[in-house]
Amino acid sequence: MRSQNRYQIDTLSVVYFLSLVVLGWINIYAADYDLDRTASFFDLNQSATKQLIWIGASFLLIAVIFILDYRFYDSFGYVIWGVSIFFLLAVLFFGKEVAGSTSWFEIGFIKIQPSEFAKIATAIGLAKYLSSQNVGGSDMRKLGISALLFLIPMGLIIMQGDLGSAMVFCSLILVLFREGLSGKLLFFSLYAGILFLLTLLIDQWILLFMVFALFLICLGLFIKNGKALIFILVFAILSCGLIKSVDFVLNQVLKEHQRLRVISLINPNADPLGIGWNVMQSKIAIGSGGFMGKGFLKGTQTKFDFVPAQTTDFIFCTIGEEQGWLGTTLIMTLFGAFFLRLLTIAERQKSRFIRIYGYSVVSIIFFHFAINIAMTIGLFPVIGIPLPFFSYGGSSLWTFTMLLFILLRLDSQRMEQLEH
Amino acid sequence: MKSRILGIRIFIIITIFVLSVRLFSIQMVDTSYQEIANRNVIQRAIEYPYRGLVFDRNGKLLLYNDPIFDLEITPKNVDLSDSLLIKKLLFITQKEFDQTYLKAKSFSRHLPSIFYKQLSNEKFAALQDRMIDLEGFNINSRTTRGYAETGLANILGYVGEVTRKQLDVDTTGYYKSGDNIGITGIEKTYERAIRGLRGIKYHNVDAQGINMGSFENGAYDTLSQPGLNLVLTIDGALQKYAERLMDGKTGSLVAIDPSSGEILALVSAPSYDPSLFSGRAFSQNFATIQRDSLKPLFNRPLQAMYPPGSMFKTIQALIALEQNQVRADEIITVNGQLIGDHAPPGRYDMERAITKSSNNYFFKVFRRVIQQGEDPSPFIDSRIGYSKWRDYVLQFGFGKMLDIDLPNEKAGFVPSLESYDKIYGKDGWKFSNIYSLSIGQGELLVTPLQMANLGVILANRGHYFTPHLVRKVGAENLDFSQKKSTEIDTEHFESVLNGMQALVSVPGSRAYIPDLVFCGKTSTVENPQGLDHSGFMGFAPREDPKIAIAVYVENVGWGARAALSTASLVIEKYLYGSVKKKWLENYVLKGDFQDAKPE
Repeated sequence: MRSQNRYQIDTLSVVYFLSLVVLGWINIYAADYDLDRTASFFDLNQSATKQLIWIGASFLLIAVIFILDYRFYDSFGYVIWGVSIFFLLAVLFFGKEVAGSTSWFEIGFIKIQPSEFAKIATAIGLAKYLSSQNVGGSDMRKLGISALLFLIPMGLIIMQGDLGSAMVFCSLILVLFREGLSGKLLFFSLYAGILFLLTLLIDQWILLFMVFALFLICLGLFIKNGKALIFILVFAILSCGLIKSVDFVLNQVLKEHQRLRVISLINPNADPLGIGWNVMQSKIAIGSGGFMGKGFLKGTQTKFDFVPAQTTDFIFCTIGEEQGWLGTTLIMTLFGAFFLRLLTIAERQKSRFIRIYGYSVVSIIFFHFAINIAMTIGLFPVIGIPLPFFSYGGSSLWTFTMLLFILLRLDSQRMEQLEH
Repeated sequence: MKSRILGIRIFIIITIFVLSVRLFSIQMVDTSYQEIANRNVIQRAIEYPYRGLVFDRNGKLLLYNDPIFDLEITPKNVDLSDSLLIKKLLFITQKEFDQTYLKAKSFSRHLPSIFYKQLSNEKFAALQDRMIDLEGFNINSRTTRGYAETGLANILGYVGEVTRKQLDVDTTGYYKSGDNIGITGIEKTYERAIRGLRGIKYHNVDAQGINMGSFENGAYDTLSQPGLNLVLTIDGALQKYAERLMDGKTGSLVAIDPSSGEILALVSAPSYDPSLFSGRAFSQNFATIQRDSLKPLFNRPLQAMYPPGSMFKTIQALIALEQNQVRADEIITVNGQLIGDHAPPGRYDMERAITKSSNNYFFKVFRRVIQQGEDPSPFIDSRIGYSKWRDYVLQFGFGKMLDIDLPNEKAGFVPSLESYDKIYGKDGWKFSNIYSLSIGQGELLVTPLQMANLGVILANRGHYFTPHLVRKVGAENLDFSQKKSTEIDTEHFESVLNGMQALVSVPGSRAYIPDLVFCGKTSTVENPQGLDHSGFMGFAPREDPKIAIAVYVENVGWGARAALSTASLVIEKYLYGSVKKKWLENYVLKGDFQDAKPE
């Protein structure tokens, strides 16, 4: 017989989860509310009504997760990862092309997006691999294999044409960092990211000059240390290469719509009818909310179809406009508390597998959250990724729910882990 | 490792903090967004497109858009001390003016509301010249459907407000409540092409809702696109004539150009004036017409199903000839005892049997077709024979929809093996159960359209084209040129056509048209509820046919009179442009077919 305290789900996390989902649903209802059309609440064309069904279904998923043995994820870690790769490959050949991306399977009326499943599977696969390695051993080898575990799905998703979803996998660097692997990697990725954004904002030659100046300063500081000098030299050359490659990436690698999104971040007027316009409207909507907001269903900016994807990627506009600064601060606080809680859960595990998985969950959800909000307030290019638990859509809601509840399921058994 | 754990927490907190600072700055510090939003209250005005115009095959306008003008008032801008002009132009009293003005004012001082609905042409003309002096008034226009003719109701159909149910099934998401949509007729079938595209105009409005001009100079406006025009295959003059002949009767007339499947005239009688369904009195008029016991809304040529009667003997003949069960010149002697008959007993070949419409001849021929001796059991044998026979009948377009471009077409009925099994039990039926089919009675049901299509097949000696009403959508000619062929050999048609020609070639008879060689067959369709229906099917001329026709007139008795007379007049009208047989025209127009003795 299990005692009560051995099988305990983390109540606080569940409360956060429920709050986010309920607030999300209310805002979808508001965003989809059409003054012209008096559709019945039970009309299945209503996003809010459909979302209610997706929410209901996600509770079924939670039930399934709690029925499954908690050892399943650890034991079948690689299998789960392998299956997700198989589906990512299959969708390239048999998927349905929607708006330039081949990321959907369509079986009858059911649509499945393997890239969503891949987020969960990669988190599990990575946790499985890292937890099975000895604490010692070659760091480079571990780093390489770990990187492959998420670079492979990432690459396949890029091939599908879904750059936004692929970028999510970058967040797993945070997990490697926690496991002591990649201080430098994290530093370089952040450095490269910032440099990339700066290249867009500042004239290339000025930036090159700045890198050169920085190089000279470092040269002066480390003039005695030969090893550091080589490092600095390589670093400077790489920086210049990166700066020069931005043009190439912009014009050759990115698709037209992605390029416009990046450009419009710097200059919203560059494409006033397209993406730049969306970001402008999104900022106006959020900014016009003021302190208290305009009130539930009273938003004037979000009621017109200027910002596309109001119920999905731009759901935060509705919150900002109708609930004001109070509302957005509440949401930010709620998410903040939620992430810190999940980190606490991850750190209290005896099992390395659960801990690493926990960090993966936080990384993935946090990345979605931060990038989504940053793009609605013009701090990041518009890449189509949803705001966790808020954005309309079954696939994304289920992914986040499963990520979270697999962690809570594993956590609920942590006392039992002691006996192994 | 401790520092890294802490580092990650700090990283998350800092990120959230940065986002919060940005939110604080745009929501609390920077008030410019609120100002933009205030200016940015955008109103969306929908511009309804003109629906496409509809022309007949000769370019005559049948269906257009009627502009309606309403006079609107914006109370705030009206100079009350100077209301004399408007009262004079509209012929209204001070009291009426005050009432309407106060009503408008109670709705809104700033927004326009209707002051005078549906201005007459004279008032509109008078007002238009003086609008400049009438501050606070403006004229707003909208359109309704205008009909050039009082007929064609069942072809053109009508438009109405889109229903809740239609909105629910509209997967394109185009329609919004309050929109108009084609309800029946070609207004429905060609809705997509004819409706055009809605335009949207965005205006800036201030807190009072006053229009502050177009938003961003109209950069986001979409222009409404007028609908595409349709050119019908209908011959307007012929249609009108046919409608006149069918007036006061119950029935259908379908005329088709055999060389293309183009429908020249399609009459459902009784009918209604389509303009009754246009404009404000719609619901009132609709209720009245719907209650009419003769069901004018029922599109008889496509929806009424009758037994084909004797006209069906043409098909019986062709199938028997094709299957080698009879030769055209074979003499069959009948004594008139197998089945009731108007034709005298005696010796018949195919031609005479068609002309005289001998029931007993076709009884014998059909028996051979059904019982071909393939199996010793008469039940199995009948089953085999019937199955082959039915396959041929389906090739003539019976028992299925012909896919005409009008809604609600009926398929008619050609009993399947299974449906006979259901009545008589599996293998429980043989020729003696189904012999009434030999003369086009029994379970068979056909529509007038299918009968006219039979005329087309006979005219073409074996093939037809999908019958259709629209030849051109916008600038695009529709393609209906695909031949639908029967498996009947061309040579078999001659004896049947000889018989049909002889029937209508008696000089001085009602059908007879001097100098014209054509073919026809009559039916008296047995009607258990009352007087028999009169039917006629034929085509003209015999060589190089220009028109195939079927006419059904309900409850008027013997075939030769009502239907044949009407068809003959329509043929003459179409081929010669006018009718010489005024006596016959008057006879049909009078419509009292019981009066005269049968020929």
